[in-house]
Amino acid sequence: MLALLRNQKIRGIIFQLLTVIGLVAFLWYIGANTVANIEQRGIQTGFGFLDGTAGFGIDQSPISYTEENTHGRVFIVGLLNTIIIAFVGIICATIVGLIIGILRLSSNWLIAKLAKAYIDFFRNIPLLLQILFWYNVVLRAMPNPKQSFNFFDTIFINNRGLYFPLPEYNTTFFMILASLFCALIASFALNTWANRRKIATGQDFIVFPFAIGMFILFPILAYFLGGAHLNFSFPELAGFNFKGGKTLSPEFLALTFALTIYTATFIAEAVRSGIEAVSHGQKEAAVSMGFSPYQSLKLVVLPQAIRIAIPPIINQYLNLIKNSSLATAVGYPEIVTVFAGTSLNQVGQAIEIISMTMLVYLIISLVVSALLNWFNHKMKIQER
Amino acid sequence: MMLRSKLAKISLATIAVLGLGSTTLSADTLAEVQKQGFVKCGVDGGLPGFSEVGSDGIYKGIDVDQCRAVAAAVLGDAKKVKYVALNAKERLTALQSGEIDMLSRNTTWTETRDTSLGLNFTGVTYYDGQGFMVTKKLGVKSAKELDGASICLQTGTTTELNVADYFRTNKMKYKLVSYDTNDQVVKAYESGRCDVLTSDQSQLYGLRIKLLKPEESIVLPEVISKEPLGPVVRKGDGRWFDIVRWVSYAMLTAEEAGVTSANVDAMLKSDNPDVKRLLGVEGQMGENLGLKKDFAYNIIKQVGNYGESFEKTVGQGSPLKIARGYNALWTHGGLQYAPPFR
Repeated sequence: MLALLRNQKIRGIIFQLLTVIGLVAFLWYIGANTVANIEQRGIQTGFGFLDGTAGFGIDQSPISYTEENTHGRVFIVGLLNTIIIAFVGIICATIVGLIIGILRLSSNWLIAKLAKAYIDFFRNIPLLLQILFWYNVVLRAMPNPKQSFNFFDTIFINNRGLYFPLPEYNTTFFMILASLFCALIASFALNTWANRRKIATGQDFIVFPFAIGMFILFPILAYFLGGAHLNFSFPELAGFNFKGGKTLSPEFLALTFALTIYTATFIAEAVRSGIEAVSHGQKEAAVSMGFSPYQSLKLVVLPQAIRIAIPPIINQYLNLIKNSSLATAVGYPEIVTVFAGTSLNQVGQAIEIISMTMLVYLIISLVVSALLNWFNHKMKIQER
Repeated sequence: MMLRSKLAKISLATIAVLGLGSTTLSADTLAEVQKQGFVKCGVDGGLPGFSEVGSDGIYKGIDVDQCRAVAAAVLGDAKKVKYVALNAKERLTALQSGEIDMLSRNTTWTETRDTSLGLNFTGVTYYDGQGFMVTKKLGVKSAKELDGASICLQTGTTTELNVADYFRTNKMKYKLVSYDTNDQVVKAYESGRCDVLTSDQSQLYGLRIKLLKPEESIVLPEVISKEPLGPVVRKGDGRWFDIVRWVSYAMLTAEEAGVTSANVDAMLKSDNPDVKRLLGVEGQMGENLGLKKDFAYNIIKQVGNYGESFEKTVGQGSPLKIARGYNALWTHGGLQYAPPFR
């Protein structure tokens, strides 16, 4: 027996087995304990509550929702609101982060220092504090609906949100939407063709002006093809609030703003470190071959910098998605606020609801990281 | 072969030890409270009149008095309470999970909460109803004129369900803005994020005091719901349930019999059999509950009877100046009624 223990290989297996057994036993213990306690209290279990009437209102919902809908519907509304805030946040943070990251390396002293100051300032203040700050500042500084900031009677800003006109969903509107999509596809196709031609013949073809042309021309054509009936619904002051048009709530704006500003600092640093990690010889080589600064950035530096910057940027995207749950502090109705908050309180089944919410974040994060890992893989140097 | 059987034995033993030893939350709250030497009581902590921290750092309010009364009854000292400030979302989970021994946090007694959450309401310490507060500037005189208004409220309450029902019944539209704590609700209301603040009427008066300019807001006359507020305990511990329930009843009985914190010592010599039983001079009311004979004496001496507690915290002796209304004793036309102490 002792001889067996002295055998390194067998000893290794024994300890691994013990660890696994210990872990399983621990989890089983927690599970059994929970079940016993729930049974003792007579707390309801199961997912039947999802079919129960919610009975409370939600202010912002991308799908139709009334108080008579179920808790299952509340879950969907919360999930969609989470996805919306994460999506908008990621797009805005990427744009701001990219710009700041590049400005940070500018040879202009003032611009570089300003970018650095921005990063140092916002990176080092807790996000929750920033959300509360923007929310309260936005709220306090804005006038009430009757004295809204008025831009040409079409866009209004007040302490209830940002109001802007929305086109009605008719044939013309959908034609224009489709035409924009066509323009996008056509631009991509043109770009692919231009690249192939360049490789084959070495001749340049500037795609950019053609793409712009398509994005202007296609919607105009679509407008007339679709019957030239584009009706806008304008926001109008009626009673207590504005009616018509589309509203972005102060909660949504404050959250988007804070998430963007905060996450952009980290993305900017990732971009900067990516660019700086490209060896100096590469830039010198580009200059010596007669590349302009723009060409050297676009053709030599950025393709290599992106490879280095992608993994840390993926991390920031995942952080942003998870940070969106701080919305509960200002009452933006995403999944933690409405489902793991209000619904949980009404039905009291904490284990089921919290597990579902955790699963949502887990799945969103895994999907995003799978997508970006695929992109990362694709961007790797193709070794031949 | 030998190794394998050994391993099997070890693993079985590990599982058995861990599995069988699975402890459930103790069902004997009284023994636990006596062992730890204090009552863990969940309160709001930021609601004037009900539970708030005074300028001297001591918790005060009608909800707090229930915690103090239980401590006085169980431990003989009303100061032996550990307060846990909870928001509306946390409160029920905190009680379910055993983080607190009792919840006394202006919690509305509803069927769902009483049946499916593994909790029991011990009684009603305050009869309330939901109302609306608006700024005078709006010129609104009735809740029926609130069509299209933005409404601020605290989430995780019966409030948001009542609002939904009320507006649906009256075929009006509203925009809901909900927050975790009352402080945020007040802040949002003040900054004009919403036109209306809704909550239980008693709270509206309390929150109104917190406003920078209380005189600019009015509470609308409509009361849209029944909100019986009372202490809550975990299901499955009948003895603790009885204690918390009869502590409230003792305070009501004391008021009915005219026993106050000032005259309780003199009342020990009273000839009234009701008073004798209440104060433990006769009978064994205390023993029935698993407590000492003089439990009610301690409550009244240290906390006072229900009327004293009410007037001091939310009534005429407080800034809220709420009238007794439904909370008067049944003998004065109110709803407060304790079963007989015998």
